Formats: sequence, structure tokens, C-alpha cells
Amino acid sequence: MNTRTDRQIRIGAGIAAALLALGFLLGGILVLLVVSDQAPDVVAPLADPYVRSILGFTLMQAGLSTLLSVVLAIPLALALHRARFAGKRAILRLFLLPQALPVLAGALAVITIWGRNGVVSDGLAAVGLPQLDVYGLTGILVAHVFFNMPLAARLFVAALDRVPAEGWKLAGQLALPPFTVFRTIEWPALRSALPGASALIFMLCVTSFTIVLVLGGGPAATTLEVAVYQALRYDFDPGRAIGLSIIQIVLTALVLVATLILGRDPAGGFGTGGRARRFDARSRVRDVGDGLVVVLGTLFVVSPFAAILVSGLAADLTRLVREATVQEAAITSLLVAAAAASLSLLVSMLVLMAIEALRFGKRPGAARRGTRIGLETATSLVLVVSPVIVGAGWFLALRQVTDVLAAAPYVVVATNAVMAMPFIVRIIGPALSQANAETGKLAEGLGLTGAARFALVDWPAMRRPLALAFAFSLALSFGDLGAIALFGSSDFVTLPYLLLQRMGSYRTADAAGLALILGLVTVALMGLVERGFAGREETGR
Amino acid sequence: MTRDGSERHPHDSGNIPSDAPAALRLQDVRFAHGGAAFRFDLAVGPGEWLALIGPSGAGKSTLLDLSAGFLAPSAGRILMAGADVTRIAPAERPLSMLFQENNLFPQLDAFRNVALGIAPRLRVSRDERRQIEAALSAVGLEGYARRRPAEMSGGERQRVALARAFLRRRPLILLDEPFAALGPALRRDMLALLAELRKRDDAPAAAIVMVTHHPEDAAPHADRVAYLEAGEIAAIGPASEMLSGEGDHRVSHYLGLRRREA
Repeated sequence: MNTRTDRQIRIGAGIAAALLALGFLLGGILVLLVVSDQAPDVVAPLADPYVRSILGFTLMQAGLSTLLSVVLAIPLALALHRARFAGKRAILRLFLLPQALPVLAGALAVITIWGRNGVVSDGLAAVGLPQLDVYGLTGILVAHVFFNMPLAARLFVAALDRVPAEGWKLAGQLALPPFTVFRTIEWPALRSALPGASALIFMLCVTSFTIVLVLGGGPAATTLEVAVYQALRYDFDPGRAIGLSIIQIVLTALVLVATLILGRDPAGGFGTGGRARRFDARSRVRDVGDGLVVVLGTLFVVSPFAAILVSGLAADLTRLVREATVQEAAITSLLVAAAAASLSLLVSMLVLMAIEALRFGKRPGAARRGTRIGLETATSLVLVVSPVIVGAGWFLALRQVTDVLAAAPYVVVATNAVMAMPFIVRIIGPALSQANAETGKLAEGLGLTGAARFALVDWPAMRRPLALAFAFSLALSFGDLGAIALFGSSDFVTLPYLLLQRMGSYRTADAAGLALILGLVTVALMGLVERGFAGREETGR
Repeated sequence: MTRDGSERHPHDSGNIPSDAPAALRLQDVRFAHGGAAFRFDLAVGPGEWLALIGPSGAGKSTLLDLSAGFLAPSAGRILMAGADVTRIAPAERPLSMLFQENNLFPQLDAFRNVALGIAPRLRVSRDERRQIEAALSAVGLEGYARRRPAEMSGGERQRVALARAFLRRRPLILLDEPFAALGPALRRDMLALLAELRKRDDAPAAAIVMVTHHPEDAAPHADRVAYLEAGEIAAIGPASEMLSGEGDHRVSHYLGLRRREA
């Protein structure tokens, strides 16, 4: 085998893998459109005032969530980046946790803290102020800010880290005052990350399902995603579900296009961050201000975790753990997560290696470039066709040919797998790309192919990010409610699904206990897998 | 004992004036990073031009970063004009440093990049404006005031940085290979410009510590050359002697002037 054949095999395998993912993402809806005689009706639903109000609410909550997340993240990122204290890296790592925390557990925690009987309401009542009502727009906004503000802060810190080291050195040497530093260094860096971060968060909030399902208060606070779910699960109105799905796909596609035009990667921001060394002149006032901002921001991010811990420990955990339903659900969740994460890693790696193989070439033709961009887009398409929409398509399509419940596990695993792909690609891609840029030509020159090339070039580069990617996709699948919400049944129960059931039947203590188990397992999974994979090299840096 | 209250180190055997305190003095300065250990002893006289040569990783840039305050030594003292600056922030140290790249802020034009040297708040008085314009024309960049770094060549950008450094009138200038990316002719021109600027002011000439990978750059301007190896100053002496290949065998070996002895 020569290097040319090797590249062709890689490209072929990658295209096949991407087609598989694409086929699954769009297959449900396409099969449905072909098999059923129902023509997709986008116009009729749009004329419906109910649908229009849902569309309006979807956009409004996403816009407000984005605005709040970004506006709050800016001072936090500035303070975090400027402040010099020992736990800075730990706080930035902590800010990664909301993305790993099962959304359902997070939503429950928001109720515990900000709800009518929550900590904040009690505090307000104590000083004679009215209690908060967390259901509806307020709760959705609080939960979205909890999940996305830390993400925005990380993206901004990463942007500040990209400032060349000389910039901070010059600022130190020239004794630039804070406002000049902001104007000449910080703001240009933030501004470069602002469109991408906003578009990403807007997209996440437009497709947000679990938070709106749990915290949304009836028809007045429902988004397209939840409306699709309700149309299938409660009203069984396939026509409406398809119409709403297509509106949702068009909407998210528009947002994604906007993101791409703004020229930013919609799923970036996984560096550890906070590496830049700064030499600002010290000022006690500013140190105190920075400290205050960091403490408040960290408290806001930590509080839901504390709430899960406290109210979870108050539940009858020993009974819960011994309960057969809980045990079965936990095992099901683990199996689903392991299968989904493995599948997702395999497909993503194949696609990534094909992308690198396509990058190499004496004459980078338009066809190669097109194929490469196609592959890159395929991995991100799940951002447009969200899990609930994918599920809805397959739910309706499979109904025509088989028993939906029998196929449920496969659909859920596959949905979770495609869900994790954009993140895996963002985590592994840069490292693989760098390795190929550094040693690709050498490997080519030495005629390395197949297993030898993989072992010497690709694997060493991917090993560490692979650990993080696997851990992240495990956690993502383990805590996901979007895919299981439609396909869950008494025969197929995962932990998040069980948690939703207990919440629905007002078994609050059970729900709190399950949320704690869910959160603990997720965090443990991430820690364990990341450590196991990363191995001894961890100590090196 | 000298006037700055320190003992002379045996390495200080150059032609530096001994009556004024050194512009830069490193006393047994130690620093460790990622398994590499550095230990520096050095005195640079007022107005002296010192070139640092040596293989990659020998510690040339580390020496400059320690002097500028961008790295903190684990032990030892750093003195400038007799004052201990070891614990002092970069902003308080009487020096200007030029980097290999990114000496300018990309979204500020040449004028404002130079202005930062004397007006950190970017509020420029009429007198300061004149000074900035004079500095720009001194480096041959009249009419470039409104240009942004992206609209200038690499050499022009470094000229702007030079203009700012001289406008600040610090008694010590550290050069971390700012001309390394330029071609040989341009590099020669820039060094000549630097030498000329240094003499132009009525004030005493600034001392220069220059890292270079091109020993031939050092020859026409440097008073002394220091050769660094494995985190230490292995040899230091008058430029002509150091670069001739007659001195320390490690230096001549590095310069490729003598074969390794068996």
C-alpha cells in the first residue's frame, strides 16, 4: 500500500461515515415525506396564531437568554483573565461542568434555588419581598444563563488568551491604565469572539428542549421543540409535528448560516484557558472588584450543584438505589451512553482523518475542498436538526413499518451519537490537524501508511483529546432527555426519563435523589474516563 | 566594591566604564523552567552595546525577560542604574523592550502606537503630538501616522516600534531579535538606524542589550559580545575578540570558526 492508496482509503471511509450520520439525521423526515401521503405543510401552521406565538416565544427567550449570558459573561471573563490567584484554572474547569451536567438535573436545581419554595424566595420572604415564580420565562432565562454564561465566559477567556504574549508585555511595560488596556487589547479580543459566542448560545437556546419542557409554563411559554414533542406525545397530531419540525429546521439553519457568515465556529471553546501571563499594574480597588465579580459568578455557577447535592442527600438514597426500576434505568443509561459514545467517536474519527487526508495534496482542487467542507458540515448538522426533531422524524417514519418501541433503543443510541459529534470533532480536530501539519509531510516522505501511520502520527495526537471527547460524549448521552423523551416507555427507561416521570408525579424527593445520582455518575464518568485515557502524560504539562 | 554596593564578578572584564553604576546588572540571578536551569551574572555599562549570542535554548530571551520583569527570578538581584528592581513591576523599570513580532497593537495606527509610549491614556497634548511626529520622521516614516500595522511591511512595523522606544527615552533598550525576520540588507539598515538614533539625543546614549542569531550583526555596533550556553554566560568579551575565533573555544565552535578538538 502506498501513501496515495492510504489517503484514498481514509477519504472513502470518512465519506461513508459522514453519509451514515447524515442519513440518520435526515432519514426519518425524508422517509416520512416519501412514505406518507401527508405533504409537509409549513404555511398552514405559520398562519395559526398558536404556532406564531410559539415561534415568537422561541425567538424571544433565545434572544434574551443570549443577551443575558453574553452581557454577564464579559465582566466575568475580564475579571477572571486579569485576576491572579491560585484557583483560576480550577474555576475555568468548573465552568465546563454546566455543559456536562444533565440538563434535567440543572433544571431541577434551578427550581430548588430560584423556585417558589427555593432558597432565594425564602430569603426574599424573610425580608418581606414577594417570592419568585420560576415557571415561565424567568425560569427559562435563569436556567439558560446558568448553562450558557459559563460557556460564553470560557469563549471570551479563550479569546483573551489568543492575544499574543507581547501584547500583555507591552501593556505592562508601557504602564497602560485599565481603560487603555480594555480599549486596545481586551475589547478587540472580546469583539472577535462576540458574534460566534452569541450565535452559538442563540442556537443552543432556540433548540433547548429539556429546560423549556420542565420550566415552561403551559402554552404561554412553549418553544417549537417542546411543541413538536407535545404534538406527538399528547395530541398525536403528526401533521402539526412535521410542520413545526420543518419550521424549526429552517429557523436553526438560518441561525447556523448566520453563524458561519459571522465566521466563527459554532461549537468551539474547549481549551483549558487562562494561560496568558499579564503584567498589569496592580491596583487594590480593581483587585477587590475582580475578586467580587469572580466570587459572584462562581457562586452562581456552583449554587445549582450545591442545591443538587443538598436536596439529593435529603432524599432516601438507600431506598432509591435498591429500587429495581432505578437500577434497571441506570444500567440502561450506561449501556446507551457507552454505545452512543463509542459509535460517535468511531464515526467522528473516520470523518476527521478523511478531512486531514483531503487537506493534504499537491493541488488542492475545488472538489477536494468542497468534499472537506461537506464533511465538516455533516458533523455539525445535528445543531440544525436537533435530537427531538430527529426523533420525531424516525418516530413517525418507523410507525409505518415496525413497532416503534422495539426500535427505540437503536434510535436513541444513534441520536445520542450524532448529538455528540460536533463536540468530538471540535475537541479532537485541532490536535489532529496540528499533528498532520507537523509530521504529515514527514510521514508522507517516509511512506508511512495504515497502522504505522495511525500509530505514529494520528494516535499520539488524538489520545489526550480523545479521552476528553469520549468522557464528554458519555456524559452527554447519559444525561440526555431529548432523544428518550419521545421513545421512552415502560420497557425502555433511562435515568433522565425516570427522573422526568417522578417529577411529573410530584415525587419531589425521589426526583432530587435521582438528580444527585445522575449528576454524580456524569461527573464521575467524565473524571474517570478522562484520567484513564490521558494516563501518565497528564503530569507532563 | 563598586558604587552600586556590589562586588565585581570575574566575568565583568569588558571595557565598561567603572565609575558609573551599571545600566543593567544581574547578580547571581537564578531561574528554572521546565527542567532547564538558568544562572546569570552580568553587568552592562551605561551606554554600552552588548550582543547576546548562543544556541537556541541557551537562555538569551530568558535573560531579557528576567531583566524586563516578565519573569521573576527564584534567587538573585537585578539592578538598574544602581537601584534594585528585582521585585519591581515591568512598568517601573527604566527600559524599553522590542520583541521579534507583535510590537504594535493591530487596531491602533502608527501614530497612536507610538503615542502609547508617552501617553498611555492616548490623550496627546500639542507638544506630545510634535514629539511623536518627530519620532516617526526620525525612523523615516513621515506620512505613515494613519497607517495600521496590517498596512505596513515588517520592517516598517519595527521602525514604528523603534520610534516608540526612543520616544520613551529609557536608559536601557532590550532587543529580542526584532530584526530577525528581515533580510540581511534591511537588518543592517535597521541596526544602523538604531545606532544613529542612539546618538541623536543630547542625553547620554542608552545601553543596548541585543539578542541575535546573526553574529555578523553584532560586529559593527556591539562593544562586547556575551556567549550563552546551557543557561549561563559561558564567555564575554570585546566584540572583535569574541567574534574573531581567537577566544573561548566554545564560542569559536559555535561560530563555526574552529573544529572541535579531540
